Amino acid sequence: MKRSITRLLMAPSVLLLLAWMLVPLSMTIYFSTINYNLLYPGRNNFVGWMNFEFFITDPGFWIAISNTLILLISVLLITVVLGVALSALIDKPFFGRNVVRVLLISPFFIMPTVNALIWKNMMMNPVYGIFAWISQSLGLEPIDWLSDYPLMSIIIMVSWQWLPFAILVFVTALQSQDTEQKEAAQMDGANGWHIFRYLTVPHLARPIAVVVMIETIFLLAVFAEIYVSTGGGPGYDSTNLAYLIYNQALLQYDVGVASAGGLFAVLLANIVAFFLIRAVGKNLTV
Amino acid sequence: MAYLNITDLQKHYDNYHALRGINLAIEEGEFIVFVGPSGCGKSTLLRTIAGLESSTGGNIELDGRDITELASSKRDLAMVFQSYALYPHMSVADNLSFALRLAKEEQSVIDEKVKSVSASLQLDKLLERKPKELSGGQRQRVAIGRAIVRQPKVFLFDEPLSNLDAALRVQMRLELARLHKKLGTTMIYVTHDQIEAMTLADRVVILNAGQIEQVGTPLELYRSPNSRFVAEFIGTPKMNLIALDNVVRENDTLHLQLLNASIDFPVARTRGPLPDSVVMGVRPEHMHIVESGGDIIGKVELIEHLGSEAYTHVRLANDQTIIVKAPARTTIKDGEEIHISLEREEVILFNQNDRVFSVIAEEACHD
Repeated sequence: MKRSITRLLMAPSVLLLLAWMLVPLSMTIYFSTINYNLLYPGRNNFVGWMNFEFFITDPGFWIAISNTLILLISVLLITVVLGVALSALIDKPFFGRNVVRVLLISPFFIMPTVNALIWKNMMMNPVYGIFAWISQSLGLEPIDWLSDYPLMSIIIMVSWQWLPFAILVFVTALQSQDTEQKEAAQMDGANGWHIFRYLTVPHLARPIAVVVMIETIFLLAVFAEIYVSTGGGPGYDSTNLAYLIYNQALLQYDVGVASAGGLFAVLLANIVAFFLIRAVGKNLTV
Repeated sequence: MAYLNITDLQKHYDNYHALRGINLAIEEGEFIVFVGPSGCGKSTLLRTIAGLESSTGGNIELDGRDITELASSKRDLAMVFQSYALYPHMSVADNLSFALRLAKEEQSVIDEKVKSVSASLQLDKLLERKPKELSGGQRQRVAIGRAIVRQPKVFLFDEPLSNLDAALRVQMRLELARLHKKLGTTMIYVTHDQIEAMTLADRVVILNAGQIEQVGTPLELYRSPNSRFVAEFIGTPKMNLIALDNVVRENDTLHLQLLNASIDFPVARTRGPLPDSVVMGVRPEHMHIVESGGDIIGKVELIEHLGSEAYTHVRLANDQTIIVKAPARTTIKDGEEIHISLEREEVILFNQNDRVFSVIAEEACHD
C-alpha cells in the first residue's frame, strides 16, 4: 500500500522525464528512417537504412569523426595539464593573486560565439591579428591560422574557453589540500616537485576526473566556434560531427540524413563515455 | 656545548612578536617538553626548529652545525604532526618509506627498515592499508613510524596525542615513553597538557607569551617554581594562592599573618629583602584537615569525591576560596567548619611582582 503511494507520487516526474527523453529520441529515430528533405515536402516515404548509408558514405563522415576525437582529446589534454600547472602556480600567496585569479577565470564568462569572433578577427587574422603582428615584428611571414591550421585554431579557441573551468575546479581543490601533509613531506626531504608529484597530483585525481567528464559532454558538441570562425572548412578540415549534422540538416535541408547523423553522435558519445568511465570513473567512486 | 643550542631566537609576524629571545640548550638523548597555554609560542618554537617557519633573529645549532637558515629537509629532523599528516593515497608501507625513497636508498635497505619499524610498532599487518582504513591510534603509530624510519637526530612532536580519546592517550603516552627509552634519541614534544609534560619529560620548558618562563625537571618545577605563572600552571588542582594580611620579621623568623593565624617561616629560606606585600602559595595536597589547632579555619563549600581522594573547596573568613585535599572517604559535609594545617616545608612565598622569593626547605631537596 505504502509502496504504491510512493510510486504514484513519483509517477508524474518520472513520466515527464521519460517523455522529455523519449519523444525527441523516438522522433529522431523515426526521421532517420524516412525520406525527409525540406526541399521536397510531402514525400516522406519509408526508406530503411538509406539515410544511414548516405551519412556514412558522406566524404566528410570519417574526417568529422576523427576531428571530433582529435578536438576532444587535445582540448582535454591542454586544459587538464595547463589547468593543473597554473592552479598549482597561483596556489601560493603572491602580490595581486586575486586579480590574476579573476583574469584566469574570466574567459569562461565569454560566450562561445564572441570567443570565436575575438580569436578570428583580433588574434588570428593574417592581416591585422595580433599573431600576425608578432610574426611581422619578428620578421616572419604571418600565418593564416584559420585556413592553414583550421582544426588547430579551433582547438586553441576551445581550450581558451575551457581552461578557466579546469582552473576554477583545481584551485578550489587545492585549497582543500592539507598543509600539514606538505610540511610532513618537506620534513621527509621532498622538494617542490616531489610535493607536486606525490601529493598534489594524487590529491587532484578526483577533480581531474570531474573536469574530464564534464568537458567531454560539452566538447563532443562544439559547434559555435566552428560555425563562426572556419565554417567547418577549408573542405572538411575543421568539421566535427555536430557541424556535419548541421550541414546536412540546414545546408542541404535533409532532415532524414541529419537525424541518422544525430544517432551516430549518440553512438559516439556512448562509446567515449564507456571508455571514459572505465578510465576515470573509479576515481569518483572511492 | 650542548647537542641542540638555541640562542636568542626571535620570530616576528607582521604585527605580532611570537618568540621573544629564546635561549635553550638541549643535551643529546633528552626528552624535552614545551608546555604553556595556547598562544604562548610553543608550536612556533617547534616549527622554527623544524624549519617550517623562518626565524627573524637568533641561531639554532644542531650537533655543531648551524641550521638556522637550512631548509627543513636538510636538517635531519623528523616531525610527528597533530593531524598525523599521513599521505592519504599511499599505503602504510609507502608512507613509512616515503623519505627513504626520496633519499634514493636501495630497495633492499628500504624493505629492511620498513619491516623492522612496522614490527616494532605492530603495524606489520596493516602495511597494505590506506590511512583512512586505520583507527586513530594506528594512524598515530604510522606517523611515529614514519619519523623513526629515517633515524633522525631529533624527533619533534607537535601535540601528537590531542586527537586521541582519553584512554588511548594514556596508552600512547606510555608507548612514547617506552620508545624514547628504546631509541635514546633526542625528542622535543609540544603539548598544552601538563600531565603529558610531567610524565614524559626529562626536562620541561614552560613558555609564556613568547618567552621561556622556567626550565627544569618536572619535580623541580613542581616543588620550586620561579614564578606565580609556573606555580599555577603545574599541578592539578592549581596551587592555592593566599594573599597574606601582614608579614612581621622577628629575628630569624617571619610571622606570616593571615586572619587570626600566624604561621612561622624561617628567614633563612628567603632571598633578598622582604617585599611590601606577600602572597603565600600552598598546593592542595600540602594542606591537611585536622581536628583542631590547625593554621587556618574555613567553611566547606563543596566536596568533590574523585574516589582515590577528595577535594574540599573551602571559603576563608576573608571570602577567599582555597582547595584542600582530603582523604578518600572523608566524612566532612558541606557547610562544616574545618581546621586546616599547612606543611611548612612546602610553603612558597611570592612578592608583589609574582616572583618567588622563598627557597624550598633543605631536607625536602634531597628526596
